[in-house]
Amino acid sequence: MENRSDFVSLRDVSKYFGSVRAVDGVSLDIAQGEFFALLGPSGCGKTTLLRILGGFEASNSGSVHIDGANLTDEPANLRPVNMVFQNYAIFPHLNVRQNIGYGLRQEGLSAAEMSQRIDEALATVKLEGYGDRGSTELSGGQRQRVALARALVKHPKVLLLDEPLSALDKNLRELMRVELRALQQKVGITFIFVTHDQEEALSMADRIAVMSDGKVRQVDTPEHLYEAPATREVAAFIGSMNFLDGSVEGAANGMVTVNAGPLGKLQVKPSGDGAPAAGEAVTIGIRPEKLTLLDKAPASGDNVIKGRLTAASYLGERNHFFVSVEGVDAPISVASQNSSPVDHKGWIEGSEVWLTWKPEGARLLLS
Amino acid sequence: MKTRAKSGIGIRGLTIYGILYLVFLYVPVLFLPLFSFNDSIHISFPLKGFTVKWYEHMFANAELLDAFVNSLKVAGSVSVISTVLGVMAARAFTRYRFRGQRPALGLLALPLVVPGIILGIALLIMSKWAGFQLSLITIAAAHVLIATPFATFVMISRLEGFDPNLEEASRDLGESGWTTFWRVTFPLALPGIVASLLLTFIESFDEFILAFFLSGDEATMPLYIWSQLRFPRNLPVVLALGACILAASIILVAFAEWVRRQGVSPTPKSENQ
Repeated sequence: MENRSDFVSLRDVSKYFGSVRAVDGVSLDIAQGEFFALLGPSGCGKTTLLRILGGFEASNSGSVHIDGANLTDEPANLRPVNMVFQNYAIFPHLNVRQNIGYGLRQEGLSAAEMSQRIDEALATVKLEGYGDRGSTELSGGQRQRVALARALVKHPKVLLLDEPLSALDKNLRELMRVELRALQQKVGITFIFVTHDQEEALSMADRIAVMSDGKVRQVDTPEHLYEAPATREVAAFIGSMNFLDGSVEGAANGMVTVNAGPLGKLQVKPSGDGAPAAGEAVTIGIRPEKLTLLDKAPASGDNVIKGRLTAASYLGERNHFFVSVEGVDAPISVASQNSSPVDHKGWIEGSEVWLTWKPEGARLLLS
Repeated sequence: MKTRAKSGIGIRGLTIYGILYLVFLYVPVLFLPLFSFNDSIHISFPLKGFTVKWYEHMFANAELLDAFVNSLKVAGSVSVISTVLGVMAARAFTRYRFRGQRPALGLLALPLVVPGIILGIALLIMSKWAGFQLSLITIAAAHVLIATPFATFVMISRLEGFDPNLEEASRDLGESGWTTFWRVTFPLALPGIVASLLLTFIESFDEFILAFFLSGDEATMPLYIWSQLRFPRNLPVVLALGACILAASIILVAFAEWVRRQGVSPTPKSENQ
């Protein structure tokens, strides 16, 4: 079966609450069978967008298509879409089987068919034998499974999940990342989930849309988002990143030379196609783990900056340093993996240090 | 901290106070059934002997039965109407935010504190002015006015903390607004609805002042009892009637409490790890 790349298609969707643009002109295509994350800080519009997909909020403009059908004005109860609510919204007056079977009543199934569908759903979420449990006798993890089964039993075209792991405690949350991913692979249904937790998005999703202020800033795979963020904002939201401002001096041999003022000239690989024009203001973004900290100036090399060590913390598997550099506002953050057992150099706070990195380890961001 | 002996005396004092309180509260009430079986028209000790004739008189009294049926009609319709209004108002207050919400809630509660005699006179003047014929309907209308705040507050306390996601989940699973109400909202609100029906029924059933001002030629139970107090000879029958009402109230309250315990809390239990 050919997987449509625009199985879920949002075109220019906007939603205003009073004068607040909760969702501001969002267009997205999500493929069939994709595990897709909407990631952003609270108030960025990701939950509103999910609720528009579910039919719980009407958009002020734009269109929503799923599997080719225009669902923009379709009410929630008629959409081939089901939702796992953040608090799971298990019906407290019904037991597990009745909760899971709740949505099957309008499908006109015989009692035997309905029972079989419920059994399948229970098996899918590994809750066999829990059918007759009262819904108030369930743990947080079991409630989540019931909510998943209750939605999946409807065989939706798209499953929406609102912060699916936030109600679980930390250990279970990490376990459920793996399980949820495995479940999605098994059922093959398109999952769209909302999260503010970048690790959750990176570890589960095939692709992530990073949102802020109601807009989608970048849609990419987890690897690309981390390694090649399009903007400073996205870079700062996914992991942490150091920023060095400068202007383009020229390009040669596939490298761009940036004049970073007091830091001198720095070499960066251009991102995307084509180098920016000379004179253009740019920002070099470098992840903390791409930097190497040295206690003396290297013999040679292009990208070297000098600074003063302001803080060093030993974090077990890695060390974390902060280096203040003249001409850069925020202290530069450096992470180094403690891969060999005796790698503790006894860094002295206040001493002069040098930072260096490979040109391909940095990222050229247009300002 | 006081000494143990002193606090012991304090506790004993409180216990005696508590017992006296209950005695003053319930002993007069218990005289009703006691004297209703007494073979004398005088309400005084010593008791003269056991009889059920007052109950026989009661069931033979057509006027009394009429008043009883009238009260059932009024209280029955009042409890249903005010509970329906209460459910709708409580949904509005708990589910939506709107301009003037707090003043509206305050105004809604006002009939609870306006003295009945003022309300009675005001409604009587208005009924005359509007040309309404005084009847059981005007009594019922006045009772709806004072019973609806009760119903609304009972329902607000039930619907508050009712997870709105439950209704959305039902919509999400394919149910319409109407079927969602019957499959989710109603069963979860049912204990509150029963409590409200009961409370407003009793509120209307024993209401006197408004009924006194607004009655036409048909009397409700409290009006009938009031009218009989002029005839000492009829007093034992009134006592028999009071005993019946007392028994019915106890049964109703016990039933409502049982229903309330059958209900499930509409709020999810807090997660413990």
